[in-house]
Amino acid sequence: MKTKIYPIFLIFVFSIIFFVFYKGLKNSNIYTPDVKSQINIPKFQAKDFENNKTINSKDIFLNDKFYLLNIWASWCIPCREEHKFLMNLHKEKLIDIIGLNYKDNHLKAKKFLDDLKSPYKIILKDLDGTIAIEWGAYGVPETFLIHNKKIVKKIIGPLNENSILEIKEIIK
Amino acid sequence: MASLVGYYSLLSGFFCSFLIIYFSIINFNDTKILDKRILSFTFFQFFFVVISFFGLIISFVVSDFSNETVFNHSHTTKPLFYKISGTWGNHEGSLLLWLLVLTLFIYLFLLKSVEQKKSYRILTLLFQEIIIIGFFVFLIKTSNPFNYITPIPKEGLGLNPILQDPALAIHPPVLYLGYVGSSIIFSSALAGVTLNYISKDWAKHIKNWVFISWIFLTLGILLGSIWAYYELGWGGFWFWDPVENVSLMPWLSLTTLLHCILVLEKRNILNSWAIILSITTFALSMCGTFLVRSGILNSVHTFANDPERGLFILIFLFILIFLSFFVFFFFHKNENKTLINLNWVSKETAILINNWFMMYFLIVVLIGTVYPIFLEVITSEKISVGPPFFHKLIIPFLIPFLIFMAIGPQLKWIKSNLKNKLYLILFLIISFILTVLIVKNLSINFFTNTILLTAAFFLFFITIRDFFKKKFNNLSQNIAHFGFSLLILSILFNNIFSNEIITNLKIGETFVSDKFKISFKDINQKDEQNYKAIIGKFEVIDSKGSNLIMSPELRIYNQPNIVTSEADIKTNLLTDKFMTMNFVQNQEYFNIRYQIKPFMVWIWISVILICFGGLISLFKKKYEN
Repeated sequence: MKTKIYPIFLIFVFSIIFFVFYKGLKNSNIYTPDVKSQINIPKFQAKDFENNKTINSKDIFLNDKFYLLNIWASWCIPCREEHKFLMNLHKEKLIDIIGLNYKDNHLKAKKFLDDLKSPYKIILKDLDGTIAIEWGAYGVPETFLIHNKKIVKKIIGPLNENSILEIKEIIK
Repeated sequence: MASLVGYYSLLSGFFCSFLIIYFSIINFNDTKILDKRILSFTFFQFFFVVISFFGLIISFVVSDFSNETVFNHSHTTKPLFYKISGTWGNHEGSLLLWLLVLTLFIYLFLLKSVEQKKSYRILTLLFQEIIIIGFFVFLIKTSNPFNYITPIPKEGLGLNPILQDPALAIHPPVLYLGYVGSSIIFSSALAGVTLNYISKDWAKHIKNWVFISWIFLTLGILLGSIWAYYELGWGGFWFWDPVENVSLMPWLSLTTLLHCILVLEKRNILNSWAIILSITTFALSMCGTFLVRSGILNSVHTFANDPERGLFILIFLFILIFLSFFVFFFFHKNENKTLINLNWVSKETAILINNWFMMYFLIVVLIGTVYPIFLEVITSEKISVGPPFFHKLIIPFLIPFLIFMAIGPQLKWIKSNLKNKLYLILFLIISFILTVLIVKNLSINFFTNTILLTAAFFLFFITIRDFFKKKFNNLSQNIAHFGFSLLILSILFNNIFSNEIITNLKIGETFVSDKFKISFKDINQKDEQNYKAIIGKFEVIDSKGSNLIMSPELRIYNQPNIVTSEADIKTNLLTDKFMTMNFVQNQEYFNIRYQIKPFMVWIWISVILICFGGLISLFKKKYEN
């Protein structure tokens, strides 16, 4: 009798382990922050990069239109890499891109844009980084897709082919 | 073209499996000698997988982006060396490598087991073919390395830069030799159980395979650890990361098995231990593959998060586990129960005690690795089990473990007396005094550190004594145990005397502490074939006034676009000086981490010594024969 208990016990235990691993497979472990409920964009005031005039956020983002807010800085290397994607979007005239120049030196930022051209309709200055905090940004670069004054999608890190495709899919 | 040849070669290899099984079954009750055709087809199978593997390598070398695997993991600007190592730096290619080693090993097994019984050889082959077929199906069905893409892309996506490292290029093949070696032990143990052949003779015959797998597994883990230290720039060699743990578990099990096999060979006891450990080692290797590949654990090894793949390995793993249960409970006869007569003071008792300790370590690591998964599945609560858990549970038990490791080899087989063993106590006292002298001036936890260091020194001195006393007698064991004592000592000293500074600096600034001064001199840029390097120049002046230039690097890879941090490590026999720098989200400042790590080299050296001990044992046997 004793000899039968062990195999049954072991098979039982291992079946449970199998079940747990099986369930575990379904939980993906890759963490991607997902904006589930659309959040209203923050209200803020910022200085214009070109002329230093104060702009109110409600004058920038109009209803019924898509906008892309891109947080960038001249010192940020991935920003250089993603720049070509922004330029393409700009050339295709699909969407208005608003830049938020994050904790940057004005001259260096200007040189950055002179070198690589500007895809932005408006550039706002965020010298102390507080506006980025208002937006809930994690770092630079970060991009927000906005519709009806709500954040539809948030892309952490540099843009790539996939995120551009997703954006195009949404604004179509 | 190469891909096409590779694919059809792979299919042919798969087909060989069925021929082998067919002829094996016919041959099983047939004649006294092994059918030649079985041997030829085993060779052909190996040959086809080699062709297939070379097909993939060639596709990588010529950057044939019509092949999906190459497209996903290679790039034209990559140096040739990494194009080749990229072959197994991805899920599909690494599975093909598994298969290559599997078929190679079973062929070697057949060649090397000529003096064994035919039925045993055939059964081992059959069990092994089950595993081989499993991998063929897995490869062809869910992870074909030869998929086409049209239209053909002009450029590939590139290999993850952190995998572009010489240590990592050879880490997978070496580790696989260890893992797959354990599959041979597994099959042979199952065959042995079926034929009731787990005996002295079996132990003598399988011992070499155990040693070979063990050496490769140890080296494989070492290479992974070296990579984590030099490339990841984490400033340590072991992090109790789940990915590391899954390689440590089969190692613990295999090490225990190795000692059991030695006892089995001499005394014909511990048969059940040997069988269960043979099964456990392989099951743990497979379990590791499952955990790191399925995406249940997230790491650099998680090449692809495809649930279908995970499910396949899971089902396959459990088929093998249940198959071994069946074989074990159905065929295993524990007939020599009455014969077991262990004397308290004997070598086998010491080994048995340490086997239990090793099992305990194994269970700790297993629970620490798997429990978070269980908890997440059952309660969807995420916890992280870190070094403190392992340290608290393992370190206290390391103390008796080290002492038994020192005493065990001093005892004789069967029965030993305690006369003339006074020197053991003498050595213990010497070790204790030495430890107290070292520890008393340091502001560390006196109690645990003293006892642990004493135990480690004890093993260290006893093994040194044995080098003189026993000369070449049992040299392999002595070197391995000496290596282990050195490993523990280096780890302890490394922990006790480590020093670390983390600070933000910009060019021209100087950081001053009571021990040293770090000045950030300047920064340079360099363009390499596949990355751009930013090299910092730092001057470190210590309290004695000697200065040192450190130049850590940041590499910005172009394909895929990733920034990696290359530590600058100045190594000498006593200490490693280690510096990394990282971007701070502000233009001018860099985050600097400077560490002084004593005895780092000795950690690597001692592991190499441990392997060397195993290697000597292999050759010694040949020499004796």
